[in-house]
Amino acid sequence: MPPPSKPLGDEFLKGLWKENPIFIQVLGMCPALAVTNSVVNALAMGLATCFVLVCSSFFVSSLRRFIPRPVRISTYIVIIATFVTLTDLVLAALVPDVHRALGAFIPLIVVNCLILGRQEAFASKNPVPRAVADAAGMGVGFAFALTCLGAIREILGAGTFLGVPLFGPHFEPWVIMLLPPGGFLSLGFLLLFFNALKQARDRRRAAAARGETA
Amino acid sequence: MSEAVHATPPSAAARPAPPREPSTLRLIATLGLAGFFSGLAIVGVHALTLPRIEQNRRERLERAILTVLPGSRSFAVFVERDGRLAPLDAEQAKQAGEPPIYAGFDAAGKLVGFALPGSEPGYQDAIHGIFGVDPARRLVVGFQVLESRETPGLGDRILAEEWIAPNFRALAIDPGIEAVAAGKKTAAHQVETITGATISSRAVVRMLQKALERWRAGIEAYAAGAERARRGE
Amino acid sequence: MSRQTPDLVLSTPPFLRQGQTTPWIMRQVLGALVPVLVMAWVHFGLSALLVTAAATAGCLATEWLFDPRRPRGRSLRDLSAVVTGCLLGLVLPPGFPLWMAFLGGGAAIGMGKVLWGGLGQNPFNPALLGRAFLQAAFPAAITTWSPQGTGLFSLHGTNLALPFLQGTPVDAMSAATPLARMKFQSQVTDLFPLAVGDVGGSLGETCGVVILLAGLYLAARRIFDWRIPVSILASTAVLSAVFHLIDGARFPPPLFMVFSGGLLLGAVFMATDPVSSPITPRGSWIFGAGVGGLVVLIRLFGGMPEGVMYAILLMNAATPLINRATQPRIYGT
Repeated sequence: MPPPSKPLGDEFLKGLWKENPIFIQVLGMCPALAVTNSVVNALAMGLATCFVLVCSSFFVSSLRRFIPRPVRISTYIVIIATFVTLTDLVLAALVPDVHRALGAFIPLIVVNCLILGRQEAFASKNPVPRAVADAAGMGVGFAFALTCLGAIREILGAGTFLGVPLFGPHFEPWVIMLLPPGGFLSLGFLLLFFNALKQARDRRRAAAARGETA
Repeated sequence: MSEAVHATPPSAAARPAPPREPSTLRLIATLGLAGFFSGLAIVGVHALTLPRIEQNRRERLERAILTVLPGSRSFAVFVERDGRLAPLDAEQAKQAGEPPIYAGFDAAGKLVGFALPGSEPGYQDAIHGIFGVDPARRLVVGFQVLESRETPGLGDRILAEEWIAPNFRALAIDPGIEAVAAGKKTAAHQVETITGATISSRAVVRMLQKALERWRAGIEAYAAGAERARRGE
Repeated sequence: MSRQTPDLVLSTPPFLRQGQTTPWIMRQVLGALVPVLVMAWVHFGLSALLVTAAATAGCLATEWLFDPRRPRGRSLRDLSAVVTGCLLGLVLPPGFPLWMAFLGGGAAIGMGKVLWGGLGQNPFNPALLGRAFLQAAFPAAITTWSPQGTGLFSLHGTNLALPFLQGTPVDAMSAATPLARMKFQSQVTDLFPLAVGDVGGSLGETCGVVILLAGLYLAARRIFDWRIPVSILASTAVLSAVFHLIDGARFPPPLFMVFSGGLLLGAVFMATDPVSSPITPRGSWIFGAGVGGLVVLIRLFGGMPEGVMYAILLMNAATPLINRATQPRIYGT
């Protein structure tokens, strides 16, 4: 008997917060550090990844009974690579500037461990609606995390948000935030922040539980 | 994740037979089918997006040509035929396999200069760029990167106006372009490399040197001809 | 509830105590820093004190924020954060905006110390790491050397820049440091102004004589291993003398190299950080020679005029290796 299944909404929501790919699972670090030097780049990268993830999960989940185990990874990669190539082409046609800014990192979505990880761990074992809900949650969570990083780095590194100057003409840019170390620094601070939040919440809960039993 | 849990540990006899290994043919067929449909999808989308991508590229090129030749309003495509520059119309230019260069003209139809495209391996991948050359003043008057995958924050500083403006707005092409370390520019024919982006900035200089070497004779002959024609009027 | 004195006292080691506690050492270092700070005040006016205070405030605030114990603040009592803050302040330029100095203090303690597990665990000197962060974040501001102040209460307009904004250059004049003048104009500054600090530069690095005296005091009280500064200064002098002999026109004389820039301050106060420098006597010599060699190489052949910070940080990174290589053999093996 299968265990009682969680509602679809929970499958979606877990990716946003409780199992966030960046903040909790720390997956997909390459794009998270490399292309988040502006909000636009981060958002485009997040949405592209989200799209690829949802489409791949849909196909992997619907084909899960037909794909023989020994070639499953190769098949997943073929499916993922197809959607990555499509995304690459569509971005090049519609938003050439963003496409140029993202450069090699769009094709590199193929090797984003988050995507292959969700196929192997979830989509290949779950029915289509759950797989899609899970993929959408993870994808949106990923895009959200990248946008957070991009916002921090763009605001501090360039003094702008989505290209709009925030601090007037005398802003002193933190050059380091646009450089690779800035990615590591911002990610580290975000992880610190979210873990501190989590710890505080756990402490409050534990205190509340003690209060009830006492 | 949601595997069924056996209530009792299965005895050796009751253990279900291991699933039969799928046949090799089945494996090949699966991958082949996946590849086939993947190919179909990619070819279809490629055909759909190609015109837009081409158009984007053309527009970028046009903008780049007009940017690297300050003052130009229109441009024409030229290729080299028998050591001379020959104009091409757009249709021919598309079919010609030869590398083209572009002549920019100002509002009055006077030649402003030539835009020379080039490419050179950078730190990550080939850097594609375009240079504006004014044959009358014998200066490089502009430079723009068309395509590069240089490291964001380091190599991609070759795209920055802070580097391009002091180095490529009035760069003498005689006696030959020379790359010097940052802060060491003393003569009009020298280009400062970028600290932290030495490989990328040197690649740009090499690209310029090669483009000049390739086109210098043709440009000079054409400019001299245009000058003669102007005086002949 | 009173306890009777037992006949037999049981306790755990250590049984012999040196009398050197962390707060005591830190107080000695702070005492040695006072004359350096006073000279900075004399030369650069009120700006010197404000920048140092801002850096120290940044250090203390970060130390307090990340104190794992509750209530917070006990880790402030060993004064090490104050020492880090003062050292960081002394290697900043006089016109440095205060908010950046505060931020640098945060980076020094946060990334230089807390991240590694607190005092005693940090592989790099926290003050220098803070400065390296500022150098990477604000390369323009940290190389803008405002001229010396006109009085004890003179203040640079750029100090008071609002957070996130650059200082409006009220005093647009800038005074090139002796090393920058050497690097970009091949001018050697005379020794006397260098020794008394009558030149542009970071707050605490200009007055060589006072720094040397402070170093002698600390060495006499055995606060640090005298071999490290001696080795740094000797190797710098010897190596630059060799270069000076090869090409006197291109390479500056050794005494200029020793007295210019942050070499003395770095050799006396930064490289001797007991946490991030080697523990064996032989290791100290190697460490110092490495710093001196790197300083000369960076100054003479690198893109930057000054290299003390990176030289010390690089040798900090090599310290575990040096410790391992110079471990004394156990008797009998």
